[in-house]
Amino acid sequence: MIRLPLVLFFSAGLFSVGVYGVLARRNAVLVLMSIELMLNAVNVNLVAFSQLLRDTILAGQVFALFVITVAAAEVGIGLAIVILIYRNRETINIDEVNLLKW
Amino acid sequence: MVAAAETAVNGEAGTTALAWIVTVLPLVSFFLIVLFGKRLPGGGAWIGIVAVGAGLVMSLVVLSHFIGGGEATELSEDWFRVGDLRFELGQYVDGLTAVMLVVVTTVSLCVQVYSLGYMRGDARFTWFYAVISLFTGSMLNVVIANNLLQLLVGWELMGVCSYLLIGHWWEEKENSDSAIKAFITTRIGDVPFLFGIFVLIVATGTANIPEITGAIGGGAISRGLLTAGALLLFGGAIGKSAQFPLHVWLPDAMAGPTPVSALIHAATMVAAGVYLVGRMFSVFVNADPWVLTFVAAIGATTMLIAALLAMIQDDIKRVLAYSTVSQLAYMVAGLSLGPAGYTAGLFHLFTHAFFKALLFLGSGSVIHAVHSNNMSEMGGLRRPMPVTFWTFLIGSAALSGIPPLAGFWSKDEIISTAFHEQHYIVWGIALVTAVITAFYMARAVLLTFFGEYRGHGHPHESPATITGPLVVLAGLSVVVGFLNATAFDVTLFSEWVHFGEGEHLPFNYGFAAISVVGALAGIAVGYRLYARWRERDPLRRLGPAYTLLERKYFLDDVYLRGVVRPIQYRASAAVNWSNRFILDGIVHTFAWTARQFSRLVEVVDRRVVDRGVNTAAGLTGFTGGILRYIQSGNVQRYAVFLFVGVILLAIGISIRA
Repeated sequence: MIRLPLVLFFSAGLFSVGVYGVLARRNAVLVLMSIELMLNAVNVNLVAFSQLLRDTILAGQVFALFVITVAAAEVGIGLAIVILIYRNRETINIDEVNLLKW
Repeated sequence: MVAAAETAVNGEAGTTALAWIVTVLPLVSFFLIVLFGKRLPGGGAWIGIVAVGAGLVMSLVVLSHFIGGGEATELSEDWFRVGDLRFELGQYVDGLTAVMLVVVTTVSLCVQVYSLGYMRGDARFTWFYAVISLFTGSMLNVVIANNLLQLLVGWELMGVCSYLLIGHWWEEKENSDSAIKAFITTRIGDVPFLFGIFVLIVATGTANIPEITGAIGGGAISRGLLTAGALLLFGGAIGKSAQFPLHVWLPDAMAGPTPVSALIHAATMVAAGVYLVGRMFSVFVNADPWVLTFVAAIGATTMLIAALLAMIQDDIKRVLAYSTVSQLAYMVAGLSLGPAGYTAGLFHLFTHAFFKALLFLGSGSVIHAVHSNNMSEMGGLRRPMPVTFWTFLIGSAALSGIPPLAGFWSKDEIISTAFHEQHYIVWGIALVTAVITAFYMARAVLLTFFGEYRGHGHPHESPATITGPLVVLAGLSVVVGFLNATAFDVTLFSEWVHFGEGEHLPFNYGFAAISVVGALAGIAVGYRLYARWRERDPLRRLGPAYTLLERKYFLDDVYLRGVVRPIQYRASAAVNWSNRFILDGIVHTFAWTARQFSRLVEVVDRRVVDRGVNTAAGLTGFTGGILRYIQSGNVQRYAVFLFVGVILLAIGISIRA
């Protein structure tokens, strides 16, 4: 049985890596991957707390499964957008894709 | 006039309550024609005809009230008050009113039907019918008015209508000049009339005619005031009824379309003056006796000079116009004989309306056919225009006083009353005028209908809308005289229209014979001179006298030089002065004020309004300029904001917890 604080530190580290990737990386694919890291960090937390609380209906695990499914869908859409951007602009550098402004 | 406000003076209003409807109908039709006439088939003419036709039927109902001696009735409603003075809007219906209602509606109906043919294709056909309706309504208002103010309203409206109708073909300067002349000349008479009304209101404290009559009967008014009132009222009658010296407008009024002449000279306008004298007769009778002598003098003068002028006219309508002046003078002279002549004078007004309308409409039919007013371009028309000829002949005979036609009974009554009342000068002049009347009518008939045709083209009989009214009026001209045929002891008319006891003279065959012989003599002379057409009028042999008549006694020249021109010059100078110094000054002051004000407004506009708006806009732009840098379009920067926000929230929440 792994102790809870260890798991939480691991999860926080994983999340921070994800945040860093989302905020600092210029490659859109890497940004998407970093989002996956953040989601997985959340999953780890959910499973860990579910174990700790000895939840009889395993709500934490079930919720983690849902997150994985949603993440898959989200990555599908995200990659489709990335591909469309690439087709239009010949680049996937996020700095050059500044469409969301005035 | 609601039933609650009814005040029947002498008896229940009963059927006479219809009288005011008779008056209102043409006024309503005026508005309807003006508003909708042009869009209706027939130009709205039928509205006027139906209105006055219904009016005629109701008038007959009203008149039937007086057959067998109905009482006079009054209906009224408050109009407005000035201090203690109460002015009403109402009707006073006695026999005279009822008779006048019938006359006005009959003649107006004939004229309107006739105009369907005569005015067909006229550019202002609809407007013509509208004004004819208004004219009829105004006259009816004069007739039924129970107070002097209401009477004055109708009286003045008629002046306006006469102006509009005489100037109906205003494209020609001459016509609009005549219209202005008619309006202004009658206006001159209206001023004393207005003051006459003031005098009576001041003297009696009311404008109500029956009350004034009652006050006079009770001896409440001093004789001096009455004398002044009578003279001033008569001034109005002189203007409207075209008596010497204000008769000059009437012949010029011939510039209007012929149906208008018929309406003005038979039933409305000119009849109003005589009617006024008849309505206010107690004022005249109770004034100083010399007032009636003065009236008689005016009547006698006018009767003779107008008849003489009628002799030499070439324009057929002018013959009839002067004849109208002369016949009106008969009525005035009849009334001037006092109570005894009251019925006679107004009976002549009654009969004259029919045959003079007939003559005018007949002359219109002739003019319609030959396209000229001048008798020198007519002649021989009895063959192509038989209906017009026979009706015109009946009218002429009636006017000349040939028994048993209408004119004979009324004229003979005036003449014999004049003798009976020992007004021998009036009697003599009336007799001479009767001879001259017969002469000029014989002349007109001979020049128009006999001999060879001297005009252009081929005249044809007029359409049925024109001949129909002629036949109706000719029939009436034959029969209406018998309403007061004293020879057969028929005195229906004098039962309706009388003053005081209303005793009437027995028929005198001697006087009748004298007037008939006089008329026949006139016709004989006319036949002698005009049976054969001569290029040169035989009357020119009169020399200077002819010139005097031709120039209308130089009256027009005297008026032009002595009155019109001096007033014109002074008036134009005064108008010029007031224009430059008063009106311009006012206008300039207004303009200057407006400019100053606009300057002030400009400053406020620029300094306050504009600046406020600009500042607001600038501030918004400035803020936006700063804030827009936040929205860089860089998704990762947005994400940074998001995380920072979340962290701040987390910190905030943990601090509060």
